Amino acid sequence: MSYIRPQFRHPNLPKNSLGYTSKDYEGGLSTLCAGCGHDSISAAIVQACFEMSIEPHRLAKMSGIGCSSKTPAYFLGNSHGFNSVHGRMPSVATGANLANRDLIYFGVSGDGDTASIGMGQFVHAVRRNLNMVYIVMNNGCYGLTKGQDSATADEGSKSKAGSVNPFQAIDLASLAMELGATYVAQSFSGDKKQLTPLIKAAMHHQGFAFINVISPCVTFNNNVGSTKSYDYVREHVEATGTVDFVPMAEEIKASYTEGNKALVKMHDGSYLELHKLATDWNPQDRISASMALQQARAKGEILTGLLYVNTDYHELHETLGTTLTPLNELTEKDLCPGAEALSDINAGLR
Amino acid sequence: MKVTDIKDPEYFHKVVDCQYACPAHTPVPEYIRLIAAGRYTEAYMINWESNVFPGVLGRTCDRPCEPACRRGRVEEEPVAICRLKRVAADNKDEVKHLMPQGPFTPNGKKIALIGGGPASLTVARDLAPLGYELHLFCEQKLGGGMMRSQIPSFRLPDTVLNEEVNYILDMGIHTHFNKFVGSLKEVVDGGYDAIFVGTGAPRGRDLPNLPGRKEGAANIHIGIEWLASVAFEHTSKIGKKVIVLGGGNTAMDCCRTSRRVGGEDVKVLVRSPFAEMKASPWEKEDAQHEDIPILDNHVPLSFVVEDGKLKGMMFEKVHPVYDENGKRQLLPTGEADVFIEADDVLLAIGQENSFPWIERDLGLEFDKWNMPVVDETTFQSTLKNVFFGGDSAFGPKNVITAVAHGHHAAVSIDLFCHEKNIMERPNPMTNLVSAKMGIHEWSYDSPVTIDLRFIVPQADKKLTLADRKKEVELGFDLETAFKEAQRCLNCDVQTVFTESRCIECDACMDVSPTNCITFTPNEEEDALRQHLLMPALNKTQDLYVSMDLPTGRVMVKDEDVCLHCGLCAERCPTSAWDMQKFLYNTTKAGK
Ligand SMILES: Cc1cc2nc3c(=O)[nH]c(=O)nc-3n(C[C@H](O)[C@H](O)[C@H](O)COP(=O)(O)OP(=O)(O)OC[C@H]3O[C@@H](n4cnc5c(N)ncnc54)[C@H](O)[C@@H]3O)c2cc1C
Ligand SMILES: Cc1ncc(C[n+]2csc(CCOP(=O)(O)OP(=O)(O)O)c2C)c(N)n1
Ligand code: SF4
Ligand code: SF4
Ligand code: SF4
Ligand SMILES: [Mg+2]
Repeated sequence: MSYIRPQFRHPNLPKNSLGYTSKDYEGGLSTLCAGCGHDSISAAIVQACFEMSIEPHRLAKMSGIGCSSKTPAYFLGNSHGFNSVHGRMPSVATGANLANRDLIYFGVSGDGDTASIGMGQFVHAVRRNLNMVYIVMNNGCYGLTKGQDSATADEGSKSKAGSVNPFQAIDLASLAMELGATYVAQSFSGDKKQLTPLIKAAMHHQGFAFINVISPCVTFNNNVGSTKSYDYVREHVEATGTVDFVPMAEEIKASYTEGNKALVKMHDGSYLELHKLATDWNPQDRISASMALQQARAKGEILTGLLYVNTDYHELHETLGTTLTPLNELTEKDLCPGAEALSDINAGLR
Repeated sequence: MKVTDIKDPEYFHKVVDCQYACPAHTPVPEYIRLIAAGRYTEAYMINWESNVFPGVLGRTCDRPCEPACRRGRVEEEPVAICRLKRVAADNKDEVKHLMPQGPFTPNGKKIALIGGGPASLTVARDLAPLGYELHLFCEQKLGGGMMRSQIPSFRLPDTVLNEEVNYILDMGIHTHFNKFVGSLKEVVDGGYDAIFVGTGAPRGRDLPNLPGRKEGAANIHIGIEWLASVAFEHTSKIGKKVIVLGGGNTAMDCCRTSRRVGGEDVKVLVRSPFAEMKASPWEKEDAQHEDIPILDNHVPLSFVVEDGKLKGMMFEKVHPVYDENGKRQLLPTGEADVFIEADDVLLAIGQENSFPWIERDLGLEFDKWNMPVVDETTFQSTLKNVFFGGDSAFGPKNVITAVAHGHHAAVSIDLFCHEKNIMERPNPMTNLVSAKMGIHEWSYDSPVTIDLRFIVPQADKKLTLADRKKEVELGFDLETAFKEAQRCLNCDVQTVFTESRCIECDACMDVSPTNCITFTPNEEEDALRQHLLMPALNKTQDLYVSMDLPTGRVMVKDEDVCLHCGLCAERCPTSAWDMQKFLYNTTKAGK
């Protein structure tokens, strides 16, 4: 019998500033199909949280339904989590976030969970610039229900059974940008070097940080003719450049923009260091970013890397002017300030 | 780096750390699994084939396998390999019918074996079934060499030794005991097709020039001579106060034997610091457990003799000083010299070879240290029909090394007697078969237990100190043996990679609990070692490098701390990884 993960880890495993090793960020052993792209994304999430020294109890994993939405069971086993109903993660995340703004909200969804049943919820979370990370593990199909085409399946893409998808695909990254997401990135499950810093930066971003990760379904959508297979994606990815996440503690020496290098300052004082490959693209300009995406699509390329980032726009709490204190920490005195305060309010409404 | 050639039997052999470290290359994990399965007889026979004395070695082996054990690199202690061997020996059924059955058809060749220790006995066992007429000469009255004369009965009961020596002698060996060979020339002229010298390193070092040595002679004994005389019951007591000089295993056997034959206040005095003593850690522990203090950093100055009677010894106190090359010097501390009382002193400060009985004009060359010139592969001396092995070949080592030499020498003698080139060594027997039985099912217990090493229980000290022959260690009970056996990581179940199947999904890399696997561009070894998921800093362990994969990267697996858990093979969607059981047997004569 195998399939029991040993307790031993590499004896030289490094420790982060909290004294934790990556083992402390693992979850249960995955029950997804062997070779599923989603598992690689989970590994990148573990790595990102380890490297950022996230305190596990300061993070809440939010998900819907699908193989992708199952993955929170396989990472950050010491964090909070809410596995909601199919397509309903955005509203649960919105509620949780409003109740306690001090946690990091880490949403994981699938292309079915987001682009089909959950579309109505997704767009509003984006529009409100809810402060969360939202990863779509995009395999172009409904993996959990045995591989039906999803709304992100490309037109002309062939299923394992041989049928060709007649519909146009929803391009989630374009859509998110259009709806006002303030951090939009795209990546491939097989490229952790790119994905891990993108996740780290997304967690630092204040506002809706969306990452569309192409993640092959090895069982139902890894066939010849599929545009979401390992081989196809590898042949068609085109990176905007590389991103390094520079935590705020480190001093930045380079100048702001220097040739094809750009620095983006985040709210908390950390930086994104971009090494651009794509020319004619300014990640801080929505029109330029949209153009780059459209152009890549026209060429049949999958543009990966950071696409767009806006650090000026307010996240939901700031827009609403909500209390800075998480609701569970508000005392009776805060909530029932007394007759005098009430009459002041009433006076203000006269 | 070059693509790893897994067809080379030595590649996977090296992954089986214990087997590789064992001089006789006993297939350790194979017998440990059999013990876990309760198949003690089969476990015993695997050992017997390979190391000839499983019952003896399961109690006394120097266990070079254990420091090599992979388990010691992922947790605190290695698997108790040696004591598991004893479990097989103690719990086996009748085994004689599983051994080669004589009488064997004679092949017309006649061999002389000089010395009756493990080296000669191994040669005898390997050659007897091939039809050789074997004549064994030993000065002792029974076979076993130092296993009988030196290793005390409280560590190795006679019954165990007799049983395993007799398995060999019963194969029709012509024994000539109580026969000291005084002249090699006589043997050479005796009409033998080949001669094997397995006479050990029979001389104990003395301190002839230390003041008082002559005057105190009656109470100063050479350790190994004294142990032999206790073993053969010529000596049965010693004074109440005993000093044992030396820091090796002989010193430990001397002091512990002293405690059993009248020594009440027994002390070990050693020049070097405690941590650098030659004795195995467990031997030191056992001595201390028997209330024997070990006083380190004491250099002997003189024997103190009054009125013709030994009173004790004077020592200078020193401390170690190391130069930049790590070379040690023992310098006086300046403290006053120390007098330690003693009725008897045992000198256990080393052993030497001694070949007064080999004539120097036979064509058998000796080197400047007065050691015979012996080939390290063939064990042949410069006199073509004379072979050496065991302690007589390259100085004092241990039983398992003597056995390993014996096997090699037997192969050489067999080739020599058939007029074949003895440099052309036959290949080892290897076998590699998939361990896959089904989904999530392997032919071995792949889960890794977290149990720490179990301790072998010992008999009550009161009983063992009162009876020199009472065995101290009791051996594992079967339940503990099972649990200890489960600690084995099955390093012989190899991770085997097939490039053509890999789709580079990274699943194996993500799942490996000890981060063994990395997909990365190929580089020179040093750079590659640095650029793995976890840098591969243990250079004694190989990197397994695949051919180029479609993305231009290679798969690199650091063998160092792989747990052989099988998860990589489990998580691979295409079975590019498979767990395959590797069996490696060194060739024996005639195979
Ligand atoms: C005190 C002590 C404790 C030890 N404990 C251990 C232990 O726990 N574990 C371990 O692995 N090893 C131990 N050893 C080492 C081990 O005993 C030897 O390395 C091993 O026995 C060597 O085997 P051999 O066949 O080379 O020779 P030996 O075992 O030395 O046998 C050689 C035999 O040849 C005889 N002989 C010598 N010259 C002649 C001659 N000219 N004619 C006839 N006969 C002759 C000798 O009397 C002896 O019987 C110990 C050694 C000592 C001294
Ligand atoms: C309300 C509701 N409708 C339908 C389903 C059936 N269902 C389960 S998972 C799934 C699709 C999941 O697809 P996706 O989000 O892409 O996840 P994947 O498995 O591909 O990772 C569907 C339709 C459901 N569980 N709940
Ligand atoms: S069905 Fe597809 S998406 Fe689901 S676990 Fe299997 S490979 Fe992954
Ligand atoms: S068997 Fe495979 S998964 Fe397990 S430790 Fe070794 S390489 Fe890693
Ligand atoms: S799991 Fe298998 S297919 Fe995937 S990278 Fe590893 S060996 Fe290749
Ligand atoms: Mg999907």
